[in-house]
Amino acid sequence: MTTVSSAEHTRRDFLYVATGAVAAVGGAAVLVPLIAQMNPDASTIAAGAPIDVDLAPVGEGQVIKVFWRSKPIFISHRTKKEIDEAKNVDVATLPDPQTDAQRTKEGHEPWLVVIGICTHLGCIPLAHQGEYGGYFCPCHGSVYDTAGRIRKGPAPKNLELPPYSFVSDTRIRIG
Amino acid sequence: MSGHSTYQPQNGFLQWIEKRLPIGGLIHSSFIAYPTPKNLNYWWTFGGILSFMLGVQIITGIVLAMHYTPHVDLAFNSVETIMRDVNYGWLLRYVHSNGASMFFIAVYIHIFRGMYYGSYKEPREVLWILGVIIYLLMMATGFLGYTLPWGQMSFWGATVITNFFSAIPGVGETVVTWLWGGYAVGNPTLNRFYSLHYLLPFVIAGVVVLHVWALHVVGQNNPAGIEPKSDKDTVPFTPYATVKDGFFIVVFCMMYAWFVFYTPNFLGHADNYIAANPAVTPAHIVPEWYYLPFYAILRAIPDKLLGVLAMFGSIAILAFLPWLDTSKVRSARYRPLYRQFFWLFVAVCIGLGWLGSKPAEGIYTLIARILTFYYFAHFIIVLPLLGIFEKSKPLPNSISESVLAKA
Amino acid sequence: MIMHRTFIALALAASLGATGAALAAEGQVQPPPQKWSFSGPFGKFDEAQLQRGFKVYKEVCASCHSMSLVSFRNLAEAGGPGFSVKQVEALAAEYKIKDLDDKGEAIERDGRPADKFPAPFANAKAAAAANGGVAPPDFSTLAKARTYERGFPWWIIDIFSQFQEQGPDYIHALLVGYEDAPQGFTMPPGGHYNKYFPGHVIAMPKPITEGQVTYDDGAPQTLEQYSHDVAAFMAWAAEPHMVARKRLGFQVMIFLLVLSGLLYFTKKKVWSAVH
Repeated sequence: MTTVSSAEHTRRDFLYVATGAVAAVGGAAVLVPLIAQMNPDASTIAAGAPIDVDLAPVGEGQVIKVFWRSKPIFISHRTKKEIDEAKNVDVATLPDPQTDAQRTKEGHEPWLVVIGICTHLGCIPLAHQGEYGGYFCPCHGSVYDTAGRIRKGPAPKNLELPPYSFVSDTRIRIG
Repeated sequence: MSGHSTYQPQNGFLQWIEKRLPIGGLIHSSFIAYPTPKNLNYWWTFGGILSFMLGVQIITGIVLAMHYTPHVDLAFNSVETIMRDVNYGWLLRYVHSNGASMFFIAVYIHIFRGMYYGSYKEPREVLWILGVIIYLLMMATGFLGYTLPWGQMSFWGATVITNFFSAIPGVGETVVTWLWGGYAVGNPTLNRFYSLHYLLPFVIAGVVVLHVWALHVVGQNNPAGIEPKSDKDTVPFTPYATVKDGFFIVVFCMMYAWFVFYTPNFLGHADNYIAANPAVTPAHIVPEWYYLPFYAILRAIPDKLLGVLAMFGSIAILAFLPWLDTSKVRSARYRPLYRQFFWLFVAVCIGLGWLGSKPAEGIYTLIARILTFYYFAHFIIVLPLLGIFEKSKPLPNSISESVLAKA
Repeated sequence: MIMHRTFIALALAASLGATGAALAAEGQVQPPPQKWSFSGPFGKFDEAQLQRGFKVYKEVCASCHSMSLVSFRNLAEAGGPGFSVKQVEALAAEYKIKDLDDKGEAIERDGRPADKFPAPFANAKAAAAANGGVAPPDFSTLAKARTYERGFPWWIIDIFSQFQEQGPDYIHALLVGYEDAPQGFTMPPGGHYNKYFPGHVIAMPKPITEGQVTYDDGAPQTLEQYSHDVAAFMAWAAEPHMVARKRLGFQVMIFLLVLSGLLYFTKKKVWSAVH
């Protein structure tokens, strides 16, 4: 008597659990398109294709701004003084330790290419400003040096480096 | 709660309806016979004012939506078309944009009133928490709405606020890209913000129904902070509370109209009359005045993640207020020490608001840190300890007695 | 209640101390406040002034600055410069508007009152390229988009005095604010010194000088007068329904006063039995 009842019990429980589990999977599957639709769409992704930038017109000491994936990219042709300042820093004392070499391409030290978006809350910093002569964010006062490294203020990280490579000495491809 | 009278329809048709859907009885018991403590002061009219403001915002919002275009190239100009060409468009838009500020003025008075008179205490905890949820939804709705005119402050405000989520360790960037629907704030962002800005007021209305329901289960608190003991302590909602609320809603409307007609841009930002430009950040980004205290808390903390957590924490802590305040006495009228700390807390909130409008540097940051510390200390240290050490004044025996004692 | 007063005093003291420092930090000189016919609860635009201001815009500013949200017809609408419909038709016809003909060919036709003011440059990039890299701002909302910090206690007083003419004040100040740079001031190439421009370095060269525009109504042809007139015109362009707004506001206020009075006495009557 008892064995039969418990066996029935198990079979019924299994049925309940199985039904519930399948329904839950269905419910979760429905969420996929509802959530995924908010991610960047195909045209947005396509518009993020690599771009080429000609560096020849950028004079020493100049910073130009180009847009890639609707993000501003700062391309800075650094002066000797700026490079020296970036190199003569005790990396260990930085909030986000990186050497100048890690932030530039070998053989192209004058060129600093960074995403011009403050790593704090996404404002666009101003070039050639702030006490380290690099970048200064007007929103919440983050200060970056001439290698785009965070030195002061609430931003946690250095300015991000976009993926890029030198196609020739005066031409880079971003993306 | 028993009412002052019950609903007995005389008309045969109404009796027929009432048997099948007792809506007449519900309205009667909620808004006519509902017993209100007779000692309520004018600070208690802000619940009515808030319902009125929600109605104003929904109605003006629906008609503005008939003229607005949620597209990055057209949004700014469509708002200007409303201001210039739509019949009474300037009026509707100013009523809506200033209405948001009036809504927040009213909700802040409503919240501080609840704090002063201990309206969150047993048995009104759920009522209070529903209020905190409404407040959060209001903040979200206000932020989404401010994005829609697509001016410089709209764009950069949206950028800064959505970037709060980038502070989440590990998945922050993914979450932010998902929120934006792109690699920066752009057209998909504006579209979804518009959709949600249209949706949330109705969610608020739903939670308001729960809020009022919870209120009618436990009854209103009152300046004496003691429960009504008999029908002598209360008056029926209609006509007593309705006429009083009505009078003060009109008084409130005078202030509202002053802003709408005479200084319609006082509470806004000049920069928002410049169309959004993703390439230039304005020199001084300031959120709307009603977010300023929280913005000051965000900036007071030098660490990004902790700053964001502190900011959200400063709102979340309100939900725990019923348990952080250990005093059994509700009303500050009988709590001499709490009364002083209450006003100090109000001053700290105003101070934080002022700091939120200042650049985050030097002395401002230092003061902001002190005030931020005090903001949290008020909840975590002052309130729990006051309940233990404070000697409260004797409570009156009944509401009637407290009214007579005053008169 | 003592607590009450203390906290207000504290708040006042704190903000008083800080506003001065903030202003100095912003590097902006306060524009001198001007008298405007359109300030205050009963303020109205001065038609003759708006017409003069429009003349200055048309003959001087419009060669670089667009005003793309304003239509010709607006010039004849109530509460504005008060041009007649005939005048506006004639004026619109002076402009050439880009359009397509029936074959889809690009043409230029005469302007009509319903058209918006055509921009001086084809697009923002062309405008920037022709002006040293920065596009001259559009005039449509500019008078509302420019401001300066009033500081404490003015920002509170402004609620009651209804002061909201920061934009016109600033525009006037900017136009009269061109000066020689002080000794030792390093001027970047392409910059011009202006006393009232934040940071003092403005890309726009001094746009207008004494006697440049001929007024037909006998008003003085001075820089001061031009600056006033064009600032007033821009205030109207940014807020064309201001006169209607203030008029309706007065009616609404009267209505609310009457209604609140009635409600107050009704409330007293209803509550008279309680206590």
